Amino acid sequence: MTDTKRESGVTDTEMESVESFAARSRAWLAENMPRTDGPAMNRGFGFGSDEEELAAVKRAREMQRTLFDGGFAGICFPREYGGQGLTTRHQQAFNVECAGYEMPSLFNVPTFVPCGAVLLEFGTEEQKTKHIPAMLRGEELWMQFLSEPSGGSDVAGALTTAVRDGEEWVVNGSKIWTTGAWWSDYGLCLLRTNWDVPKHRGLSVFIIKIQQPGVEVQRIEMINGSREFCQEFMTDVRVPDADRVGEIDDGWTIGRRWMFHERNAMGGGSPFVSGPATGHRVEAARVDPYVALARSAGRLEDPRARDLIGEARTLQRAATELSNRIADGMAAGAFPDTMAAIARLMSAVVGIRAANIRLDLVGAAAAAWADGDGVAGVGTNYLMRQQAAIGGGTTEMARNNISERVLGMPRERTLDKDVPFREVPKGPPAR
Amino acid sequence: MEVTLDDDQEFFRQTTAKFLAAEASPATIRALAANPDGFEPAYWRQGAELGWTSLLVPGEHGGGSISGRGVVDLTIVADAFGRHIAPGPLIPTNVVAAAIARSGTDDQRQHLGPIIAGDTMAAWCFSEPAPHDGLGTVSVRATADGGGFVLSGVKSPVEAAGQADILLVTARTDDGLTQFLLPAATDGVTVAPLRSIDLVRRYARVELDGVRVPAAAAIGVVGGAEADVERQLQLAVVMQAAEMVGAAEKTFAFTLEWAFDRYSFGRPLASYQELKHRFADMKMWLEASHGLTSALAREVQDEVPGAPETASAAKAYIGDHLAELMQDCVQIHGGIGLTADHDIHLYLRRVTADRSTYGVPADHRQRIAALVS
Repeated sequence: MTDTKRESGVTDTEMESVESFAARSRAWLAENMPRTDGPAMNRGFGFGSDEEELAAVKRAREMQRTLFDGGFAGICFPREYGGQGLTTRHQQAFNVECAGYEMPSLFNVPTFVPCGAVLLEFGTEEQKTKHIPAMLRGEELWMQFLSEPSGGSDVAGALTTAVRDGEEWVVNGSKIWTTGAWWSDYGLCLLRTNWDVPKHRGLSVFIIKIQQPGVEVQRIEMINGSREFCQEFMTDVRVPDADRVGEIDDGWTIGRRWMFHERNAMGGGSPFVSGPATGHRVEAARVDPYVALARSAGRLEDPRARDLIGEARTLQRAATELSNRIADGMAAGAFPDTMAAIARLMSAVVGIRAANIRLDLVGAAAAAWADGDGVAGVGTNYLMRQQAAIGGGTTEMARNNISERVLGMPRERTLDKDVPFREVPKGPPAR
Repeated sequence: MEVTLDDDQEFFRQTTAKFLAAEASPATIRALAANPDGFEPAYWRQGAELGWTSLLVPGEHGGGSISGRGVVDLTIVADAFGRHIAPGPLIPTNVVAAAIARSGTDDQRQHLGPIIAGDTMAAWCFSEPAPHDGLGTVSVRATADGGGFVLSGVKSPVEAAGQADILLVTARTDDGLTQFLLPAATDGVTVAPLRSIDLVRRYARVELDGVRVPAAAAIGVVGGAEADVERQLQLAVVMQAAEMVGAAEKTFAFTLEWAFDRYSFGRPLASYQELKHRFADMKMWLEASHGLTSALAREVQDEVPGAPETASAAKAYIGDHLAELMQDCVQIHGGIGLTADHDIHLYLRRVTADRSTYGVPADHRQRIAALVS
């Protein structure tokens, strides 16, 4: 029990009301967190110098610690693992209250979700006690070692292999599309442990320390100059069996829940994500970012530009309310978890349209601009538009999931079901 | 409609659904197409008994809601209206009842009893024809004259004006927006029926030609009715949103069923990935529309400052996306979806009517830009 809670007179046996929690959050945030009126559409990680990026990571770790000490870290994580043991409604209330404050949102994805959420569901008591409080204190940043160069959406087709050697496993292969693996601590890793059974029945999940010999992290440069993504090459990395999560060869049981948590976070519906919801972030900004862009471009009075501003805000609001509805429905047990794919799809559809709207608002400035222009960066961001529809599971996968698992429509035919993974057709080896 | 309803709301939903299933079958709707009023008075009185007309009126004025949150309860009725293409002036009656309860004098509140009982119909004369058809444009003049007012101008389209006993007219005085409550039979009021896209919903053009009303006909603050008009618009949009969601939900369900049952090239339509992905998009539009409608109902109920933008976001999104959903469902049905025999056009008509009135999506996008810039 934290001091803050003791002061509020809340006992272990009764849960604090959402209203009281919101009021307490409001007061605490005003007291302890820095205000921000920075741009709502920030450029994210991977753009500054390495020193700047490391400083930002350090700051996020410190702020996460401040949240932890204040009793506001891990609102929906159980109290025995350092969380607050509260409900989705409490988290939503906090997300509203923290709009306008700088938050350590770096920890949300993938540290808290999906990694923390997966550990909570499948980890041993020892793994949970060791890692979840450390995440919530800002001491451990995690990455998902999931996708491989050989296949994107088909994550169960992992080729990277762990071979048992006594009480250890020896890992060889490569994972890709991890954000900032070079400054992260652990990877939650899906590995092939059996090539002689069908694809989904020969996988296992491990916890792998990133900063160790045998794990080589290479950074990838993206079209917009970002170097946030990494590829890891693992050569004879030895992993203790105690760092295996779940049963041997049963990794896909975990994998499916892992995907669910990821989709849920992408769609804005995960209870483990803490920070201002997109819509609220926009409301908290002093000036709507689309209005600011139209003004910078000298188009604010153009009715076409005003139509685009109205559309952008409409879509953002629709995405927010969709996420809220799905989170509420899942929390009430009225919606199946598979519906998380709907919010994931929406975030991509809205993100794509928003990128087009920004492009139209700035006109020729998307192609040519001067440093310091208010419209700088719009064109370059547009080049990366499809990231919203690729990362975290493609929209094609989301549409398959919605039609097959939510609406019950027939599954796509596959050629990798009932044959040993060794015999599944594969393309030429990737890098 | 919210994801979860309380027991009383669920009972209310079921009662309304059962009543509409019996009294507003597609066959009944088709038969009512020839009825100049689009519904039978006895049907409306029975609906009123179920609670359709009382939800926005506080108990002290003879109304009452199911959950204590009348706007939220009303979305349950509007959703059912969409699922059944129900006849009857749900939107105008509730808007006018709410306006009278909120801003009416004791005399004006005498109308509430008969409205709630389903004996009196009311219409809100708000929209105007081109060139004054921008959302919220009011050019109808109210000129002070000998202690009363003279109203001049045209309102169109006005839902249920031809069936209404009383009219709520939004006009402009020198001081600003002013609203009036007057009998439809007042001298100088001409109501000309229009053709309607909906089989059972009726619209009319209302011409006000030097209509003399007493000062007591003004409702709310003379020259200061902006907040009342905004509230009425929000209420109309809440009902439209919920109704479009109900109609689209129903259409989506029978179109999905059709996709399973219909075979081409030896496979059900439902097995084609191209169609599966379109159903996934439609499901997304539907759930987002549900979410927006619930959020809007809560905000209008609680009169939060952000409600005007939420109303416009809901209308802009739902008006565009659920109309598109309806057309895509027609497409998936193929030629049969374009025939008068198939029921799908009943729903398409209702969604088109809702999309096109109280501001089209483009109007609401402009309104959002005005609210935030």
